Amino acid sequence: METRLTSVIAGFIPLLDSAVLVAAKEIGFAEREGIALKLVRESSWANIRDRIAVGHFDVSHMLAPMPIAASLNLTSLSVPMLAPMVLGLGGNAITVSSTLWMEMADQGADQNGDPASTGSALARVIRARGEARGSSIRFGVVHPFSGHAYELRYWLAAAGIDPDRHVEITVLAPQLMADALTAGHLDGYCVGEPWNSAAVVAKTGRIVTCKQSIWPNSPEKVLGVTRKWALANPEVLAALMRAMSAAADWCSDPNNANHLTEILTGPQYLACTPSICRPALCGEMRFDLTAAQTIPDFLTFSGGETAAPMPAHGRWFYEQMVRWRQAEFSDDQVEEVSSIFSPSLYRAALGLGEKAAEGSIRLFDTP
Amino acid sequence: MSSGISILVIDDNKIRASIIEEGLRDAGHDEVILVHQMDGLVRQIADINPDVIVIDLENPNRDQLEHMFQVSRTVHRPIAMFVDKADSLSIEAAVDAGVSAYVVDGLKRERVKPILDMAVSRFRAFSKLAQELEDARTELADRKSIDRAKGILMKSKGLSEQEAYELLRRTAMNQSRKIIDVAQSLIIASGLLAD
Repeated sequence: METRLTSVIAGFIPLLDSAVLVAAKEIGFAEREGIALKLVRESSWANIRDRIAVGHFDVSHMLAPMPIAASLNLTSLSVPMLAPMVLGLGGNAITVSSTLWMEMADQGADQNGDPASTGSALARVIRARGEARGSSIRFGVVHPFSGHAYELRYWLAAAGIDPDRHVEITVLAPQLMADALTAGHLDGYCVGEPWNSAAVVAKTGRIVTCKQSIWPNSPEKVLGVTRKWALANPEVLAALMRAMSAAADWCSDPNNANHLTEILTGPQYLACTPSICRPALCGEMRFDLTAAQTIPDFLTFSGGETAAPMPAHGRWFYEQMVRWRQAEFSDDQVEEVSSIFSPSLYRAALGLGEKAAEGSIRLFDTP
Repeated sequence: MSSGISILVIDDNKIRASIIEEGLRDAGHDEVILVHQMDGLVRQIADINPDVIVIDLENPNRDQLEHMFQVSRTVHRPIAMFVDKADSLSIEAAVDAGVSAYVVDGLKRERVKPILDMAVSRFRAFSKLAQELEDARTELADRKSIDRAKGILMKSKGLSEQEAYELLRRTAMNQSRKIIDVAQSLIIASGLLAD
């Protein structure tokens, strides 16, 4: 029987939202669909992009905007890609240093992460510092084409802070963020878990808001695949998505949270202590160690309807690329982006049938 | 004769970096700078202002580096290697070997290609060396295990060394296993059963 399995090689970055791929392999969902799933851990998104482009990987864990950037030729080694399935919703947060948090709290920042309140508190801090000729504020994100970059920029801009003039935004690998905060190289960052909890547990940082508050139930990572591979292997891709949908449902069951934590913290995956992974996986995310309240729906996995991509999500990412001058707007590109985030392959694979009208996107400041 | 091209090699692995450096110097490149330390990398690059940057793919700072190339005003704009799609074979060879490179925009590809080919071949040579070393270590460890297993059999069954080896070999053949696997399980078993 084993010889009948079709091999699929997938790249991933050691983050909590690689869970669906990891569970598909470890819990046997991939094998049940006839797939021998091989997971290859990578050290940068640049490597993921390069290795999927040259065909080392069949599919990959990807930042949702990456297949768009690759298809629109905005990065090197660009190839036409698809994002046929969403691997997780939410999961990111904006963390600031304890020093910056004290200043923000003095300016009335909401203790429970209301993005409008924490954003305007930060704007007041920047004004106050400007008058005192204080040092500028520097934020880190993991990649220029990432949900992290766009969420941070959206939050700043909504409070009247120009992300390119009033603060500095730099790129840093996720696992280095918490240390950079401690060392004073960064004043804050937007990153996925477990790297916010890493600063919270170390008591060097505080979460001020999160992706779930800025843009509720929004996609963070997607399954990335080249159009070429998807066209050549439609049945394998369909089987893989069925396996991953079942894996996502397994990941979302609170009864499996401990088991999932145990697997993900293992040496071949995140290789980290369970204490920093547990908050997001077990629904215990807190703004800091003393916070009484947990953050609801911080990171969610789900198969079925929820994991279907939405063209409107792709278009939101594209709008941000245009807004921040990474891309030049054209109607053709809007169409292409919509097709990259088309739910049709996923829905067909799961036999979900056609969906009615697409819901509109609502962010925290949408009237 | 100097090529006039300055090359920055970013690699945590000091031995591999010096192997590349040697190759580049032999090929007439005098301006080769090695960087192992990631702290302050951006400033270092701005100071050095290299024409070509060679970086190993295990380095987690590639995303940061690429971002810096996009936004920096202090550094000449390096772009990813082989942006020309016709170079797909070179791209594959480099990614296979575990190396990537960035080249200052405008530098003629005829001048850069030999540098990249050199880096790729030296990366490969290093991987081969590392693999050989690993194999040699394993082989030595295997031989030690087989010797121990032979010793156990000689003692417990009163066999000669040759007879002990024959017994291991026969057992392995009959069970379609490797001699080393039989030897290892014999060592574990006798360890468990020893008084």
